Amino acid sequence: MYSAAVRDHFANPRNTGSIEQPDGQARVDSPVHNDRVDLMIRVQDGRLAEIKYRVLGCVAAIASSSMTSVLATGLTLDEALALTPEQVAEALGGLPEGKLACSVLAPEALRLAIADYRARQP
Amino acid sequence: MCDRIYLDHSATTPLRPEALEAMLPYFADIAGNSSSLHADGQRAKQALDAARESVAEALGATPREILFTGGGTEGDNLAILGVTEALKQRGHHIITSAIEHPAVLRTCEWLETRGLEVTYLPVDADGIVDLATLRASLRPDTVLVSIMLANNEVGAVQPMAKIADLAHQHGVLVHTDAVQAMGKMPVNVDHLGVDLLTLTAHKFCGPKGCGALFVRKGTPLEPITYGGHQERSLRPGTQNIPGIVGLATALRLAINELPAQSTRLAALRDRLQATILTSIPHVKVNCAAPPRLPNILNVSFAEVDGEALLMALDMRGISVSTGSACAAGANEPSHVLEALGLAPEWLQGAIRISLGRTTTNEDIDDVLAALQQDVPRLRALATGA
Ligand SMILES: Cc1ncc(COP(=O)(O)O)c(C=O)c1O
Ligand code: FES
Repeated sequence: MYSAAVRDHFANPRNTGSIEQPDGQARVDSPVHNDRVDLMIRVQDGRLAEIKYRVLGCVAAIASSSMTSVLATGLTLDEALALTPEQVAEALGGLPEGKLACSVLAPEALRLAIADYRARQP
Repeated sequence: MCDRIYLDHSATTPLRPEALEAMLPYFADIAGNSSSLHADGQRAKQALDAARESVAEALGATPREILFTGGGTEGDNLAILGVTEALKQRGHHIITSAIEHPAVLRTCEWLETRGLEVTYLPVDADGIVDLATLRASLRPDTVLVSIMLANNEVGAVQPMAKIADLAHQHGVLVHTDAVQAMGKMPVNVDHLGVDLLTLTAHKFCGPKGCGALFVRKGTPLEPITYGGHQERSLRPGTQNIPGIVGLATALRLAINELPAQSTRLAALRDRLQATILTSIPHVKVNCAAPPRLPNILNVSFAEVDGEALLMALDMRGISVSTGSACAAGANEPSHVLEALGLAPEWLQGAIRISLGRTTTNEDIDDVLAALQQDVPRLRALATGA
């Protein structure tokens, strides 16, 4: 039921863990389940130099967190803000019906982490 | 390890070779319709009669009390819809439990849309229906109590004889879904005191798509499909002779092996449970208190998602499940675990490991080794530790 890319990113999630002193950070909790994504960013020259996350959730939540980090690393903040759950799902070769909600968590956490970064700027 | 380790016997079981062997002649060689008068038909009829006798004997029933069906879902539907229809002049209230299989729950919900009232009895933390609540729920217009004998997700076994007794004191009929119990514990319709009982072959190493409904003599029942006179016109349609032969063969063997298998499976399950509890922290066994089926272990791991754990094990060649197979992919927490009152973190991290006659000691070792690696790995992903 899951694509090869989803299985790959689930088995070997990229960019896992946390950043010592992140420039921005946000945590998103899923209202339905106990799921959560806690995402940290390091910003350099207006670009996302590093993204790390901790994720508790299903296969789709883990794979889409991994893919979000891969797609967004190196982007400018405005480019990263434009990243949609649909793009993440597409890069994963699609997600099963009913699992699209799980792919919202990481892009949402990224958006909030960027907002957190911007709020911290003088 | 090239073969997969199948630990999802509560979802379905592999067909056992003896059942397949018994079925084979009835696909091609003995091709008659059991309703036909000629010799070909009569050979099919003989097989049908013999299977009916064998299933009746296994349950402590008489052959006329056995209807062959297309499986557990159909049996549950026929029992519930058939009794409520037959008794619609008498009342419009039925009682069931919150932890039934969807085959019962969705049927009851449909009846609610047709104006019937349904009471869904709660269960305690061990998954058991409270008799005092049942007593308080019985009304003069109650026509049926339908409560499963053993639960498919956690293995909890209900005090069916007491439930039936209580219902009968109020003149109310009793149906039980014994789909998971067959071949895992003794099932005798008189000891249980039930009026209707559903079973399905594929849970005890028989073929899929074939089941039986016990209907005690004198129980009012209307058909839910219409056609020929087969199965006393209560389940019309040409019978699935190979399936029925396979069902009867598998059931007879399962019952012969029951004492040895239930002891063996309980020992394997207990070792699995004990080792998980001692080697992995923050674990909860759901419905650990007896009485429960010997072959099901439902266990929750905090800070892990059950589906993620299922997939991690799957990638190692091990099949388990989260909740019931029907709920998988539905993206909803199990209604059974919710009814037990589990906190969200335990709901999220639950998996069901269900053993069967092909399960070996090595299978248990392998799933333990896999859990000891995958649970910490997924937890590290969640906590960053
Ligand atoms: C308790 C219970 N009832 C009913 C069913 C449905 O049986 P079937 O798949 O034969 O329709 C199942 C399993 O699928 C079950 O576990
Ligand atoms: S994150 Fe809860 S089901 Fe996917």
